Amino acid sequence: MAVRPPAAFMADNSDITIEVNHLVKNYGPLAAVNDLSFTVRRGEIVGLLGPNGAGKSTTMRILTGYLPATSGSVRICGLPVASHPELTKRHIGYMPENNPLPEDLRVSEYLWFRGRIKEVPRARLRARIDEVLELCDLKRSRHRILDRLSKGTRQRVGIAEAILAEPAVIIMDEPTIGLDPHQILIVRDLIAGLRGRMSVIISSHILPEIEVTCDRVLIINGGRIVAQGSPAELRHEIFGHTTYRLELAGDLAALPALLADLEPTLQLASSEQTAEGFTVATLTTGSSGADLGEKLLHLLPARGYRVRSLSRSHPSLEDVFLAATRRSWDARLPDLKSAHSEARAPLPKF
Amino acid sequence: MRHFLTILSHEIRTLLYNPSTYIAAVLFLGVMGFVFAGILDLYSRSPQETQPSIIFFQLFWIPVFFMVPLLTMKCIAEERRLGTLETLLTAPVSTTEMVLGKFGAAYLLYLLLWASTLGFHYVLQHYAGDARYLDPGPLLGGYLFIAVSGLLFVSLGVLASALTRSQAVAGILCFSMLFGLVIGFRYLGELTTLDTEALHHVKVTVDSLQVFRHLDDFSHGVIDTRQIIFYVSGSVLALIFSILGVEAKLLQG
Repeated sequence: MAVRPPAAFMADNSDITIEVNHLVKNYGPLAAVNDLSFTVRRGEIVGLLGPNGAGKSTTMRILTGYLPATSGSVRICGLPVASHPELTKRHIGYMPENNPLPEDLRVSEYLWFRGRIKEVPRARLRARIDEVLELCDLKRSRHRILDRLSKGTRQRVGIAEAILAEPAVIIMDEPTIGLDPHQILIVRDLIAGLRGRMSVIISSHILPEIEVTCDRVLIINGGRIVAQGSPAELRHEIFGHTTYRLELAGDLAALPALLADLEPTLQLASSEQTAEGFTVATLTTGSSGADLGEKLLHLLPARGYRVRSLSRSHPSLEDVFLAATRRSWDARLPDLKSAHSEARAPLPKF
Repeated sequence: MRHFLTILSHEIRTLLYNPSTYIAAVLFLGVMGFVFAGILDLYSRSPQETQPSIIFFQLFWIPVFFMVPLLTMKCIAEERRLGTLETLLTAPVSTTEMVLGKFGAAYLLYLLLWASTLGFHYVLQHYAGDARYLDPGPLLGGYLFIAVSGLLFVSLGVLASALTRSQAVAGILCFSMLFGLVIGFRYLGELTTLDTEALHHVKVTVDSLQVFRHLDDFSHGVIDTRQIIFYVSGSVLALIFSILGVEAKLLQG
């Protein structure tokens, strides 16, 4: 796996494998991709998230050189895709949406053809096919006809094909679509196994997938990036606060002052009476600092409160995704900085 | 062009896996067998002036009309329908290599099928025991005509396939183009309205595009470079349009 593309094709050896600058793609009057810019470093796994029609597939197709961009530039391993498509295509392994495969070939024949077309030397190709078949758990299916494979096996053939020529960049459009949980696990492990060696961009609707696999997430909507960062950073950026859920009994009127003493931004957001004299209180804090749970547990019983439970709410990536895309629909924010402005969309309940 | 051979061998393999190839081959050999038997029947009744092979080649259009569409309709249309065109063109392969590879495979198969009719002439000569029936001149000219005109016919089929995602539409489009080329120009040449002085140049052009006249010339040993240039440049043009057609469809997304 250590074989890199020949040095002649590498315009520079910088760490950045994908560089997208102000990319625009119009289909007639419709702007599918609208001023998109991002970079991906070598060995990074990046997830592309967005609702249907957000421009994910279009972006990926432009990266592969399959579609021309209306304006803006894309560089793969330092080479512009628009002017050197033959060179950049050598660095890319691409698996399109729904993973189209020819119908009449056997798995090994298909991989042989793809390997030859991707310029894997004939002498190496046989061993390399064995390697990817092993990696993708396809050894038993190597003589089966592509048309008769199950969806999960087809998907693994697609991944095997994408990594066959050991490209620097792997682009997969919805690699886990339509798979059962067991197969999703296999595909996820496969993708995670590429970390550090190849840059991977995947798009997905299955958010836990992205959360587990990806180092970084780009949420795009309406053709622009509405949020980006690691899943943890996104949570903080989109929600900007941490929430605790506390079940306690005692004097609620004195609680806000007590909380402000503990941490100035800690507030009582809502409270709800339950049976047995307990109250469910929701506390929010704007600080992203240390977990206040232990302090709360020390402080409250000392002041005569009876605490039954305490939990820190963890917004899922799904909440982040919903909030980020809703925010971009509510007001097309020009750039990321204004994400911290007051104009926040209503947050989902969790 | 380094991927041309890879794509060519892949395409030949795909064609050999494909039932429509065998349907085309069986239909072709069946029809040609009947045609040949009919010709022999004609000859056994009364003596004829021309060689049987000349009459045989004059009926080339019957198999061409169904065989060329069957061989070529799948080549690009099917890739587009399945979406494999996207995986093919995102590999380091140019559209030109892809179109030429597909054209090459279909053309080789077309030649192979025609070459199998050589057996007819051998059987005739073997059982008739008369060397006159196997006159190499008309045979050579006839097969040369098939090879040269096949360039244009097959490239028209590739063009039809490049323009649509439906195999049926590609097949019908290819048939219409071949019909226009072979039969259409023949009727156009017979129109008396073209006989006026003003349309003299049109008349000359249409006359030089008579496929049947080309065949006559070839089988009588007259090999005219103008005709060869017509077929070769026509097929180059059709292939260029196929490449442009594939790329234009990409621009539309």
